[in-house]
Amino acid sequence: MSQEPKPRTYRVLIGKPGLDGHDRGAKVIARALRDAGFEVIYSGLHQTPEMLVRIALQEDVDCIGLSILSGAHNTLMPEIVRLLEAEGAGDIFVFGGGIIPENDIGPLKEAGVRAIFTPGTPTTEVIEYLREACANRYQ
Amino acid sequence: MNTTLTERILGGDVRSAGRLMRWVDDDLPEARHELAALYPHTGRAYLVGVTGNPGSGKSTLVNALVAHLRASGKTVGVVAVDPTSPFSGGAILGDRVRMQQHSLDRGVFIRSVATRGNLGGISRSTPAMVQVLDAMGFDVVIIETVGVGQDEVDIVRLADTNIVVTVPGLGDDVQAEKAGLMEIADIFVINKSDQTGADRLLRELRTMLHLRPRDAATEWTPPVLKTIAVRDEGIDTLLTNIEAHTSWLSAHGARHQRDRTRAQQFVRLIVTEALSHRLNHALASSDWQSTLDALLARTQNPHDAADALLNAILEPR
Repeated sequence: MSQEPKPRTYRVLIGKPGLDGHDRGAKVIARALRDAGFEVIYSGLHQTPEMLVRIALQEDVDCIGLSILSGAHNTLMPEIVRLLEAEGAGDIFVFGGGIIPENDIGPLKEAGVRAIFTPGTPTTEVIEYLREACANRYQ
Repeated sequence: MNTTLTERILGGDVRSAGRLMRWVDDDLPEARHELAALYPHTGRAYLVGVTGNPGSGKSTLVNALVAHLRASGKTVGVVAVDPTSPFSGGAILGDRVRMQQHSLDRGVFIRSVATRGNLGGISRSTPAMVQVLDAMGFDVVIIETVGVGQDEVDIVRLADTNIVVTVPGLGDDVQAEKAGLMEIADIFVINKSDQTGADRLLRELRTMLHLRPRDAATEWTPPVLKTIAVRDEGIDTLLTNIEAHTSWLSAHGARHQRDRTRAQQFVRLIVTEALSHRLNHALASSDWQSTLDALLARTQNPHDAADALLNAILEPR
């Protein structure tokens, strides 16, 4: 991405893949990111990995944040990473949050998920991480 | 990469189009060359503006319209505008939530845009984003404005057909009149028309439209329609009315006039921004600080100071 001009505003897709209908966490993080100056595209509930990747391309986001509370993170998160790579968009990074057991975090990162934020993480920590990770895309 | 961004966009590459839209939104110098290369390929799409009060169901209506247009074989681009927070500069763009069913359809391209401080219901970048979708070959491009409702007139100069969406229960007919929406509508839609007061609103709007002196031979009479977008009711009729308006524009040479207005408006926007850029630059100079001192000492007057500033910013570079 080094040849790309640096954008003025970072754009983040907050997605809710899978079947759970609990989007409080997604909305809290979307709100916190907006208040930190990000443009947040919110997908709504029940998205498939294909839908989220398609949205990410149309919206030209820097990253996709996935909120999953259904337990399907081990399937859905790596699938989105894989689909992004298949579209030649592997530079769009994926991070996640929700109910993710400690033991799953290592394998998810190995599968290409950049960061996992578990319940209780202060939103300031997420914001700081994203600012740096987004800026790094244009170094 | 062997191909240019423009070539990839004309070839239908979604990511390249998404990227250029971002350059446009960020006002990056890189966008200019690409937009210039795309311009000869624009002018084919039919542009529909959807505006109206916050919460009136614009996104849901757009979603239903897209479904009907797709069923008739047309490809559709959507530019959906949401407000930027004046406090942080950030935004939550949520119009897509109501348009999920079209995410996987390759004949639909939806782009969410933040106003970034621009007034008038659309972003500064919206006209150029519409051009990108137009050049990609989408048959219809729908522009959904931010839900402001009063004085939202930028869309008028951009779209071929302007739909104004309202809902029952927002106040009396005087509200509608003063909102300035009466003047801009080519089609009125009363959405959520299963709610109390829909028929009264319908009568009031029709009466108000009839009160305005209108030459039926040269002026379009805006129809007032009822829809329940979430249940897909009234959308067929809406589409028929859009088509009727399109035919009317063509028959009266008005489509051509809207093209001219649009082109002029686009150039005006570029010039206004360049001037505003130069003005800001001039106001940051030390020359200006001394003029300001002179103004405060009353040895200079504002009009002469303005003339000097104008001459300075209009100097060729």
